Parts: sequence; structure tokens; C-alpha cells
Amino acid sequence: MAGAAISIVDVSHGYDDLQVLSGVSLEVPAGGRLAVIGPSGCGKSTLLSLVAGLEQPVAGRIAVGGEEPASERLARCALMPQDDLLLPWRSALDNAALPLVNAGVSRRDARDAARPLFARFGLAGFEEAPPRRLSGGMRQRVAFLRTLLAGKGVLLLDEPFASLDALTREELQGWLVDALEQEPRSAIMVTHDVDEALRTCPRIAVLSGRPGRIVLVDATAGLTRGDVLEALRS
Amino acid sequence: MRRLAWIPALVVIIAAWQAWIDLRSVPDYIAPAPSDIGRALWDGRSTLASETLVTLREMLVGYAAAIVAGLAAAIVLHRAGWLRGAVYPLLVASQSIPIVAIAPLLVIGLGFGLAPKVVIIALVCFLPITVNALDGFASAPGDLRRTMRTLNASPRAIFWRVELPWAAPRIFSGARIAAAYAAVAALFAEYAGGSGGLADSMHDQLDTGLVGAAVVLLACLALGLFAAVVLLERVTVPWAREG
Repeated sequence: MAGAAISIVDVSHGYDDLQVLSGVSLEVPAGGRLAVIGPSGCGKSTLLSLVAGLEQPVAGRIAVGGEEPASERLARCALMPQDDLLLPWRSALDNAALPLVNAGVSRRDARDAARPLFARFGLAGFEEAPPRRLSGGMRQRVAFLRTLLAGKGVLLLDEPFASLDALTREELQGWLVDALEQEPRSAIMVTHDVDEALRTCPRIAVLSGRPGRIVLVDATAGLTRGDVLEALRS
Repeated sequence: MRRLAWIPALVVIIAAWQAWIDLRSVPDYIAPAPSDIGRALWDGRSTLASETLVTLREMLVGYAAAIVAGLAAAIVLHRAGWLRGAVYPLLVASQSIPIVAIAPLLVIGLGFGLAPKVVIIALVCFLPITVNALDGFASAPGDLRRTMRTLNASPRAIFWRVELPWAAPRIFSGARIAAAYAAVAALFAEYAGGSGGLADSMHDQLDTGLVGAAVVLLACLALGLFAAVVLLERVTVPWAREG
């Protein structure tokens, strides 16, 4: 699975009289990875909800894999939240396998499908552990595998490493890049960490403060931390 | 050791009570001495034992009915949000109907058997279960629900796989409160119509020793049910305790 292309055209959104996003346009090619960075409250998470079809934008158009209806976008996107939100009454393996069970796969088959991923992604031996026995970094890995196993073409990562300590965060950033190379998907990763954006994604979009507008979209290869910070300040 | 602290507390209370009766020569029609209650327990043991079993059965069946009805009401009200606004206030209001007022109607309608007693106990006990279950269902984090929707979960799957287990610790809180009510509710029910239960030993209010014995047994029933619910909670929702 190489992923589905995402197209966001002139999207504005808000709640009552609070405007959150203003005229945002972004493209992510199939299999592409885009980091979205911006100050708190600039509508980054809202953008992910809109792409996923959990909400409809007030204005503008969003297509995932060429399809615009919200239900079609929901069918193509999987969300990974900032807090792992693993279910405490399920083992790590059963948490990761949950999207398959939700899709009607039997529990046994779902666990069999999830097990090889545990071995490949550094979680071997922790299949039956309840989430509370795992470190923060391991919980995020399980949450990521759960997102992968939803079988969607698009991964929407909402500050996935924000709650981790610096060392674990750096380790998981490298892990994520590896994982996405082995299991290619289109991905939008929201973050407030400039280094994380530069390290994990080939392209970056910088949003202004609320209402969020695009102030910079570029390849990360030629950018420095200073460039991004300058765009954030403007 | 802290969980056994009730034992010395109980001993002190009983000793103080016995001392008060003896030193002040309180007549037994004012208050029975613990020794009177002990004697009544022993002398009436066979009658009291069969009465206890009758009351226990009413209590268990009524309590089970309360749990089923309370959970069913909560699930329906949660899944059908439009119904919640209409029915929830009525459920709360139903708790202010004095059981004494409707018990005769239930007995006329359902006879002197187990049925009216089950209904009375269920009426007294269901609300804490419904209220706690409803709060519990709603307490699952919004982010988790949103995430689950993108992980192939239908609203039904979100309810059974997320909201219901999420609510389990709160449902048990409600079930514990209801367990504490169930014994007294059973007694209400017995007073309303034909019994064979512990209420029979409470009819002669002047035989304070026997009344005290029935009260002690009733308290044991309530405690036993409460303890059973706590035990069940520990077995079924271990994650709630280890946080």
C-alpha cells in the first residue's frame, strides 16, 4: 500500500464566531509525508479532523484518494492521537489488533496479523502486556501499529511524540521514518517541534497563529531550523 | 491491618452499649442490650435462619432485576440521545415516589408472592446504577471516540468496545450503592405484603431483642452483598485499581 493522495483546497473552518483555519491549501502526493507545524491553537489538530472526515470544513474542498465525501475520507484515513489512548483492559497485541476486529476480522486472525509487526518493530515479548506495563515510548509504538493496522492509505499523526521525554522522542522519530519506509503510507504529521518536523518529513508546512494560514510550504532538505523559526515568527 | 479496623471498633461499640444498658438499668422496651440480641439470635435460630433465606432470595432476585433494568435503561438512553431528555427527569422523579404509597398497588396487581417484592427492590435500587452508567458511558474521552471512528469502529463497536468497559468502574460504584439499599428495600417489600422473611420477626416491636436480632441479620445480608460486589469488581475491572 503506497497510500492515497491528499488534496486540501482553500479550506477555512471555525466554530461559532471563532475562526480557526483560513484559506489553507496543501497537497500530499500518494506515499508522501508532510509535517505541519505552527503555534498552539492554530488549527493543526482541526486540520487533521477535517481531512479525516470527522468534521466538514465551513469553506473549501478536501479530497483523499480523489474522493471528497466525508464518509469516503473517513474510510481512507487513520488517526493517531497525542496521548496513546490505548484501552487499559486490552493487552498490547489486542490494542494493536483492534482496528481489524472493528472491521469484522475474528480476534484470533486479527492477533495473528498484528503479531509479526510486534516482532519487526521492537515490541517482541510485550504482546500480552497490559498498556500500564509498557514505557511511554512503547505505548506510542503500539498506538502507531494500531493506526497502521487500520489498513488505511493515510495516516494522520497528531503530535504523536509530544508526551515523551526528549531521548525517547528522538529514538521514536528515527523509528517512525523506518516504519513508514517499510510500510509506506501517505502521512500528515502535526507537531510543534521544529527538529522533529525536519527530521521525519521530506516536506513541511508552517501555519500562522489563529486563524491558521499557510506561511511556508517547502521541502525540508534545504531548510534550517532558523528558516522555520523565522517563518513561525512572521 | 487497616481493613480489619472495623473489628475493634465494633467490639468497643457493643461493649459501650452493653455497659450503658447495665449501668443505667435501661428497660428492654426502650432498647435491647447486645446480650438480649445475642440470646434472641440463639433462641430463635431456626426461625431466623429460614426468614433470612427468604429475605436473601428476595434481595438477590430484586437486586439482579435492578441491575438488569438499570443497565438497560442507561444503554437505551445513551444510544438514543433524543430519548434521554424526555425520560431521564422522569426516572429521577420516580425516586421521589414513596414506596409506601405504591406498595399496596403492587401487591394488588401482582399478588403476595415474590413478584411485587422484586419490583419494589428494583425500584429502590436501579437509579444509582442508571445514573452512574450514563455518566460512565459519557466519560470516555472525545479524542478516543474520534480516533476509534478512524479505526473502523461503528457507533455500536465504539459502545461495546470502548464506552461500556470504560464505564465499568462507575457502574460498579452504582452497584455498590444499590447493594447497600437492597436489604432495606427487601424489608419494605415484606412489610407491604405477605412475607415469611425477616420482617416477620420485627412485627412485635416490644420484643426488642428479636427486632435487634433481625436487624443484625439484615445488616449482615447488606454487608455480604456489598462485599460480593466489591469482589466481583476486583476480578472484572482490575485495571481500574492499578490506574
